Amino acid sequence: MVTLKDYENGETAWCPGCGNFGILQAVKKALVKVGLEPYQVLMVSGIGQAAKLPHYMKCNLFNGLHGRTLPVATGAKIVNPKLTVIAVSGDGDSYSEGGNHFMHAIRRNIDVTYLVHDNQIYGLTKGQASATSAEGFVTKTTPMGAFSKPLNPIALAISQGISFVGRGFSGDIEHLSTLIAEAIENSGFSLVDILQPCVIFNHVNTYQWYRKRIYKLDSSYDPKDRNAAFQKAQEWGERIPIGKIYAQDRLTYIEHDPEIESNPIIEQKHSLDNFNKILEDFKI
Amino acid sequence: MNMSIDISFKIGGEAGQGLQTIGYILAKSLARGGLYVFTNQDNESRIRGGHNFYQIRISDNKVENLTEEIHVIIALDEKTIIEHKDELVRNGVIIFDGEKISGREHDENLLNVPFERLAKEKSGSTKMANSVAIGAAISLVGYDHSLLESVLKDEFGSKGAEISDKNIQASRAGFNFVSENGIGEFPYRVKKIGDSQDFIFLNGNEAVASAALLSGCKFVSAYPMSPSTSIQQFFASKMKDYGVVFEQAEDEISAINMIIGASFAGARSMTATSGGGFSLMVEGLSLAGMTETPIVIVICERPGPATGFPTRTEQGELEFAIYAGHGEFPRAVFAPGNVEQAFYLTSKAFNLAEKYQIPVIILSDQYLADSYFTTEKFDISSLKVDRGEFFTESQVKNFGEYKRHLITESGISPRLFPGQKLGLVVTDSDEHTEDGHITELADVKINNVNKRFRKLELLKKNIGTPFVYGSKDADTLLIGWGSTYGALMEATKILNDKGSNVKMLHLSEIWPFPVEAVRNELKIPDKSISVESNSTGQMAHLIRAETGIEINKKILRFDGRPLTPQYILREFRKGR
Repeated sequence: MVTLKDYENGETAWCPGCGNFGILQAVKKALVKVGLEPYQVLMVSGIGQAAKLPHYMKCNLFNGLHGRTLPVATGAKIVNPKLTVIAVSGDGDSYSEGGNHFMHAIRRNIDVTYLVHDNQIYGLTKGQASATSAEGFVTKTTPMGAFSKPLNPIALAISQGISFVGRGFSGDIEHLSTLIAEAIENSGFSLVDILQPCVIFNHVNTYQWYRKRIYKLDSSYDPKDRNAAFQKAQEWGERIPIGKIYAQDRLTYIEHDPEIESNPIIEQKHSLDNFNKILEDFKI
Repeated sequence: MNMSIDISFKIGGEAGQGLQTIGYILAKSLARGGLYVFTNQDNESRIRGGHNFYQIRISDNKVENLTEEIHVIIALDEKTIIEHKDELVRNGVIIFDGEKISGREHDENLLNVPFERLAKEKSGSTKMANSVAIGAAISLVGYDHSLLESVLKDEFGSKGAEISDKNIQASRAGFNFVSENGIGEFPYRVKKIGDSQDFIFLNGNEAVASAALLSGCKFVSAYPMSPSTSIQQFFASKMKDYGVVFEQAEDEISAINMIIGASFAGARSMTATSGGGFSLMVEGLSLAGMTETPIVIVICERPGPATGFPTRTEQGELEFAIYAGHGEFPRAVFAPGNVEQAFYLTSKAFNLAEKYQIPVIILSDQYLADSYFTTEKFDISSLKVDRGEFFTESQVKNFGEYKRHLITESGISPRLFPGQKLGLVVTDSDEHTEDGHITELADVKINNVNKRFRKLELLKKNIGTPFVYGSKDADTLLIGWGSTYGALMEATKILNDKGSNVKMLHLSEIWPFPVEAVRNELKIPDKSISVESNSTGQMAHLIRAETGIEINKKILRFDGRPLTPQYILREFRKGR
């Protein structure tokens, strides 16, 4: 049986008190919950403090470019559907640089779990506004306060018909790990937007700030109700819901072409004889 | 003296008039008689209207390029007559429908064939007018109508017997009309010279795409962009039968990252684009270099900068392909000169990409991409799939735990695909330790740079010698690369036939640059001329950078039109 110990790996380079620690712990717990061994898991990360997460655990890892986690994850999943593929990155990587891929991953419904560490600020580049920074938020690049409206990733995901979307909080590891486990087990594209305090650059959205506001969605909430979910997605400020916000059954990319799973590309033995006929297209 | 056949047809009209279909059917009918055929299309970037043309050259000798000498023009609009009548050779003929367009103001050899009226009489519809035109052209040159008939059957058979029969009746009407009312002594005759069993007929993009499939490429992701799109479509059309996957990406950035993910996970993978799309892929190219992920990128060049001439040709991205990407990493760049080279170099590209775990670029252009060639059937048995070194159970003993970027003498780290109990596969776009984790250590960086470039040293040994044609003691050297192969060859032959002593040097395996081989051919630098479809002479720059030898003379074409032997000869004479 796989245990947390199987996922332990080395020291981190994060700031003391960083929200990333809770997320790392929750990811490991989730993987143990779903009973996967490290070799069965491929994590794909981008650039930013969040993207370093897979380096601090044991799993297969492709740590690629800023914003490009989802295309790499998609390519890997298509050719080897047996891999459990998890893309992980921050709000800058996922909602700015990689915004287009996010939209299209929802459309494609590729069976990938997308973990976004959302701290509303750029940490690695030391304190600039992000796509989810609140209006008026003062940063080094928005000295007069951010003008652009913050992106609402959950509302966007619901509006485009995502298969699964939830919101977690890095300060509640148990709740977060259950949510991540559910996202991994969901077939189809799953987003978990994770509220994560940045203890160095974001002095507004602190642990305390979140603890005062967040509440867990309970069994009285029906995540299959799209309109209710859309309303939940707008809730921000005094009260912030966490948990599974929306889920629906949708044919996945892999399911739409059963050949991809029944005859996986990486298991195909290439034989020239099988391809002889290709050139018949060109006979005169 | 046995007169050889060398005749060119030009079919002109508006976009949407079916030029491509007429051209393809006429070309294939001629190829079916054992003749060598080369075709090229000149299209504007629009769906309807404008002026496009399709050119077909046929010969009993191998033809691999366009010529500017036209023998038969099929004019589907008056603009074709106006724009192309001067290209006709002496006694050349323009076939046109005098009931639809006026030919009165032109004093060339005009052959009025009522395409639409004959089509309506024979098939009840003017839709078959193009088949009348093909029949007329076949009759004019004295060719066998039965070969055209068999091609029409093949091409229209899938639409039902009625459609195919009506097209045949229409073409026969055109054929008979010219036999009865045509030009008695048309001097340019074509005849069947054999059968076509040993030949195939395909364009550059089809050569690349079919070679990719035969070489075990299982995954292609790309974003449609002229003139690369037909590679994407060909691959996509084979998904059902061959279990391969084509995924249309949301943009070229996604395309290259998707194939990197697929390759990392274990599949031979490729993308195809043009210069603009490649510009978006450049960061990903560098990622493939850093993570040592094998990928093949096909760039079908078109004139730039920016959107340029979307449907035309240029060789403007040689230096871009070689130097693109931030940071330093090894790569290979191939630029095939014809469909045969496109086929075999694509196969080689996949093998080298995987053997050395590098990106390999195939640099084609619109001219090669869209031009059809008859060529000897490819020898599939000669294709080998070499996927390089793999980490195996027995290596656990020697190397211990799997390290994706193990430092080795060759620089090649054995591969393992994620998902196996044998080990965890970890790589990083950051500089990384041997086991793939992020690092900032100075000595690790130095070791990795050296490791990656040791692969380049080995790769150099796999680069073929450039093609040389002409005598050793030639007093002039014409240098070219990529798709201009055929034009350069013909220009060289014409010059030598007329008493010059010219040698040709053609590069198709361009990077790593074959320094010694090229230096050996550059014994007469002040009599050497770089012939390129660009405005700056990028090959001449490259030769100077790599060999220190300066090529001052250049014949350059950068109007978006393909280099022809006639263009080369005109410029050559100017320089004398």
